[in-house]
Amino acid sequence: MQCDNCHEREAAIHLTQIVDNSVTTLHLCPKCAAEKGVQTGADVAKFPLSDFIASMGKGVDAQLSVGDSTEACEFCGANLKNFRESGRLGCSHCYETFENHLRDLLRRLHGSSHHVGEVYLSPVPAGGNAKEREVAEMRRRLKGAVEAENFELAAELRDKLRALE
Amino acid sequence: MTFDLSLLRDGGISWLDASGPEGGIVLSTRVRLARNIQGRPFTTRTKEEDRAAILEQVLAVAGSSSHLEQATLFKMDELERNDRQLLHERHLVSKELAGLEREGGVRPGAAALTDGELGMMINEEDHLRLQALRSGFSLNDAYSDLERLDADLGARIPFAFHPEFGYLTACPTNAGTGLRASVLIHLPGLVLTKEIAKVLQGLSQVGLTFRGLYGEGSEVVGNFFQLSNQTTLGKSEDELLDHLGKLVRQVIEYETKAREILQRDAAAVISDKVWRAYGLLRYARSLSFEETMNLLSGVRLGVGLNLVTDLSVYTLNKLLVFTQPAHLAQYEGNPLSPQDLSISRASYVRRELEADAARGTA
Repeated sequence: MQCDNCHEREAAIHLTQIVDNSVTTLHLCPKCAAEKGVQTGADVAKFPLSDFIASMGKGVDAQLSVGDSTEACEFCGANLKNFRESGRLGCSHCYETFENHLRDLLRRLHGSSHHVGEVYLSPVPAGGNAKEREVAEMRRRLKGAVEAENFELAAELRDKLRALE
Repeated sequence: MTFDLSLLRDGGISWLDASGPEGGIVLSTRVRLARNIQGRPFTTRTKEEDRAAILEQVLAVAGSSSHLEQATLFKMDELERNDRQLLHERHLVSKELAGLEREGGVRPGAAALTDGELGMMINEEDHLRLQALRSGFSLNDAYSDLERLDADLGARIPFAFHPEFGYLTACPTNAGTGLRASVLIHLPGLVLTKEIAKVLQGLSQVGLTFRGLYGEGSEVVGNFFQLSNQTTLGKSEDELLDHLGKLVRQVIEYETKAREILQRDAAAVISDKVWRAYGLLRYARSLSFEETMNLLSGVRLGVGLNLVTDLSVYTLNKLLVFTQPAHLAQYEGNPLSPQDLSISRASYVRRELEADAARGTA
């Protein structure tokens, strides 16, 4: 695939931007990407964390209008201004409320925003109804079957889960 | 609550016994996992009753965990400052949990449940910080203990988890796996050969950070470095551990090589340095903390080079921890002025070294 900018070199960086709910994807070669100031995961990891944190506030500030930075998480009431001041989020729902900002931040911090480690399955919710408990239990058995590479059982459980859900 | 560290196996210092792999160079390995409970605000936004409920919920489950049968509970708000500091000096709780870094002191509900090697901090920056501590260089052993504890708790307490971002933590620097592994390593060879800056710079370029003996914000003293992974997201737990393990293995090789060069090119200088350090520790009447760390580093190098033969690495490790202020105050049975602290430290070091030398020649 050719670079969208110079139309000469091979594109190596695929940048997806979401601005006001419209998605645009740019395919860039490393040279044009660098010129446009796009940082790749490999480069990001080389920056010391302290520099990053120091510049983080400014970055968030620049991206946000005044209205945005006081938009509060419905669950805990924290807003981005609080986050910028303390460096701590208010609750797990903040990750959804401020999803776009955090995705960007996580990428810059870790070089990726996609968790590839262990997948956690929540235990049976204590207050859940019978069906929720059954679904959770089925999910747990499905995970066990996949881990044990018992794909026959896994397929069977998957179908049952689909029917239940 | 009575404060009794002897309830812990070996008083909670089995990780210092130098029995682990590479025990001469690597003091200890620690792995921790940050976890938060669904449906509750993160610690900084919790009220006292939230934290009480979290503590209760965790203890109800952890108390019956087969992995923590020998664990002891330490509630920070029921302990005197010196006792909290003691736990911190023993690497069992963070400075943050022990309330040593804030004006307001300890946060009600903050607690640690640990058997000395495996355990957790509750109501720290995250609701749960599960941690495993091992002697020497044992990333895999430490993590396998921790993984079992995590699975056991996670099956009974709903943790906050996001399909894209992984485990959710108060600070985004810990999100994803929530895993931070660190290796406490002694690198006098690299410091003396002036290679250390290059090595540390190289490590930071491949995603590792370093800190001092007491973690975040602590200074490097006595050539002891804590090396740990910088990122927690985008790589699996095994990849993170593997990456750190490979790099630490390499650092151990560099350090060994540096020591060989010192032995070859500067044997007389090194030998003099080592024995001067030993002499000062053995006979000084007043020792500051920093001086003690530096002298212990010298003697430790001497033991590694087989120059000093009647001393055990265990004794040296123990001295690192037991010459800290809260340990000395507890030993003396009363708070100490800075001057008395230095005198008490020198006398403690003298006694321990004499005892070890006597055992060595016996």
